[in-house]
Amino acid sequence: MAVIVILLIASLSIASIFLLAFLWGVRTGQFEDDYAPSARMLFDDKPVSPIIKKKSK
Amino acid sequence: MPLSATCNEVRCYHCGEPCLATVTRLEEKTFCCEGCKMVYSIINEYALCDYYNLNENPGVAQRIKVRKDKFAFLDDASIAAKLVSFRNDEQVHIKFYLPQIHCSSCLYLLENLHRLDRGVISAKVDFTHKEATIVIQAKTTSLRQLAELLARIGYEPYISLNDLNGKRPVYNKRMISQLGVAGFCFGNIMLLSFPEYLGIGVSEQGLKNIFHWISFALSVPVLLYAAIPFYESSWKSLRHRFLNIDAPIALAIIITFSRSAWEVLSGTGAGYFDSMSGIVFFMLAGRVLQDKTYQRLSFERDYTSYFPVAVSVLKKDKEIPTALPGIKVGDTVLIHNDELVPADGILSRGNAYIDYSFVTGESIPVLKETGELVYAGGKQTGGSIEIFVLKEVSQSYLTSLWEKDDTTKTGESKSSFVHLLSRYFTYIIFAIAAGTAFYWYNHDTHKLWPAVTAIFIIACPCALLLSNSFTNGNMLRILGRNHFFLRNAQTIEQIADTTNIVFDKTGTLTSSIEQEIIYEGNPLTAIQTKQVSSLAGCSNHPLSRALAKQFPSKKNMQVLAYKETPGEGIEGFVDNDLVKIGTCCFVCGKTDLRMETAVFISFENDLLGWFRFRNHYRNHIPSLLAELKKEYRLSVLSGDNASEKQTLQKLLGDDADILFNQKPENKLAYIKELQQKGAHVMMIGDGLNDAGALKQSNTGIAVCEQTNNFTPASDAIIEAAQLSRLGAFIRLCRANRKIVMASFGLSILYNLVGLFFAVQGNLSPLIAAILMPSSSLCIFLVTFGSSNLLAKRMHL
Repeated sequence: MAVIVILLIASLSIASIFLLAFLWGVRTGQFEDDYAPSARMLFDDKPVSPIIKKKSK
Repeated sequence: MPLSATCNEVRCYHCGEPCLATVTRLEEKTFCCEGCKMVYSIINEYALCDYYNLNENPGVAQRIKVRKDKFAFLDDASIAAKLVSFRNDEQVHIKFYLPQIHCSSCLYLLENLHRLDRGVISAKVDFTHKEATIVIQAKTTSLRQLAELLARIGYEPYISLNDLNGKRPVYNKRMISQLGVAGFCFGNIMLLSFPEYLGIGVSEQGLKNIFHWISFALSVPVLLYAAIPFYESSWKSLRHRFLNIDAPIALAIIITFSRSAWEVLSGTGAGYFDSMSGIVFFMLAGRVLQDKTYQRLSFERDYTSYFPVAVSVLKKDKEIPTALPGIKVGDTVLIHNDELVPADGILSRGNAYIDYSFVTGESIPVLKETGELVYAGGKQTGGSIEIFVLKEVSQSYLTSLWEKDDTTKTGESKSSFVHLLSRYFTYIIFAIAAGTAFYWYNHDTHKLWPAVTAIFIIACPCALLLSNSFTNGNMLRILGRNHFFLRNAQTIEQIADTTNIVFDKTGTLTSSIEQEIIYEGNPLTAIQTKQVSSLAGCSNHPLSRALAKQFPSKKNMQVLAYKETPGEGIEGFVDNDLVKIGTCCFVCGKTDLRMETAVFISFENDLLGWFRFRNHYRNHIPSLLAELKKEYRLSVLSGDNASEKQTLQKLLGDDADILFNQKPENKLAYIKELQQKGAHVMMIGDGLNDAGALKQSNTGIAVCEQTNNFTPASDAIIEAAQLSRLGAFIRLCRANRKIVMASFGLSILYNLVGLFFAVQGNLSPLIAAILMPSSSLCIFLVTFGSSNLLAKRMHL
């Protein structure tokens, strides 16, 4: 049954990775704005030419 | 009067508002004004037209132009230094509040700001707070240019005096992190405890010990980090010699941990780490739910959020932008159209036509002449004026009202009934513990400590706290869904205790955006009405706009030689008639002695008649008042004259107080007087003139037309359209307490079962581990189920 100890260590370390990811998410403010990211990912990023387009008319 | 919408109405491509007077066209697209057209042409020029494809008519009307030098103050290094969040030689980081942000188009345009100006490195929008963090290259673009660019594309930054102080409430990140840690530890400890529950064999003693030690290690972060809010709160309450609900909880956490640690160290048992971390996790979850506030709303606004950062001070005929705190008595300040008067002073030049709408709630501007006193807080409409400052900003009439109100609010010191209840609960627990200790001391001293500690573990008032915070949290959400936003959970209890309701009249009972317009004089023909409406459509003055809205016409007549005299009136040739609309003096050269707001009209200098503007009572107000007067004592305080007294008395009943000509300090004194008589007062108001009364009252509710608008500091914000449901809201808040009590009663049953085992000194971890989550789950179901059911029954 000693193998359980190894499994335990593995499961705990995986769980702590998720905990750290969660804490990092909180720290960097990912839970603060719940609308902008969902809208942002839908924008088609057209390649922006570094030179701004001259007047088209 | 609501605008009657016709299907073939021409709407602006940019802002979607109907084009009233003149239609501007560009590339087959229609615009209501030059401003909207300008914004479109800029966006089109830089190939950002996705702005218009993402949402229909995403813009905000641009009828009011931003003054040319409005952002000149940003060139001032000392002001700019206070606004930027970071600056070095290359980059400047600044956060602007852009109240216009409302849809994904806004997000798209603003985050592509770098395409409009090469000096912009990046822009990131925080949608919830309506803020944009913009990084610019310090050398290529100045802050002023950036602000002006934003203004040009229709997102004029709102920079207020409050920004100079730099304090902003921060989102409570720590509690979320604590919740995460507690959840992690709780879940893992629970898994490790399962073998114990299921009766692991004696042969696996070594494994059992490892499990115990890991549980012990995992519970340390719960004790030392996740449970900090409970220690802090109980320490604070003990220092004030008051026992709140968190004190026995903190005690229970510490006792549970110590006993469990002792069991593990001595190798006698598994301890109750699972129950302990579970309690902390559930209670933190309840707290996070309850504390989830409405971040886009602010309940703490003081005058500094309304006032501009800087105004132009005239020195030797030069306009010098000066930060507000730097304005001295004796300065002459220049106030432009649509700017706020920052300090009390004497009007020294120009015609002031001052809109005190957020001071008094009265939307119709007041005319002031040279030499008259102008109070801070009014907004100039029309041309520029000069004001000789008599008092510094912080000493002005309005601002001093804010300072004066710092009297301690009686409601704040009064604690929630939950704390009182928990105190009795604690006494009972101590009594039981003492009794048990006494019994075992005489019978079997070995069982004394296990029994006593078990009592504290099982019977901590966490169930009470849980039921309270979950019910409150759900209540806040239900009310928020109905556009009634509370500052915090305490407000629910305050609302439930209400005995008296005090209303402000203007802007609260009456609508500040709709007016009743009554015409008196020679009857107008259909053509004349059309001429008047066409002329009125040319002006941006609130009264003109109200007139144009009152008589909408599909096709407007052409207006020639249009001329607007600010503060006086408008004139122009419509269909070859010279039409004048304006004050009595402007139209027929005589002064009007009546106090009412009226607009006169003349054709070819022949006075035809006048329009009287009256406040329009909001729909449903009569039925709301009829409903409320059965249960509460109602009063109305109005800053206006007594002309409406009879109408109001009929609505409120004969015994209601209706007071007129009330100054802000009178309103405050009236509320204080009621409170001294023992009343629990709810004040409902809107303008800054109610701010003192809102603060003094037990619950101050600010009414606003849109939640985006500014409201004075208050305990709750209600959308004007929801005012009719106030009765139901109060009933729901009352039910809140009953739900908490009911679920608490239920949890006491669970406690009794636990105590039965605890006093005998044989509370096994298994029983604790079954009782704890099942009672929490039960509470959760009862609170959510019953509050949602009630809300449904009340049609909320």
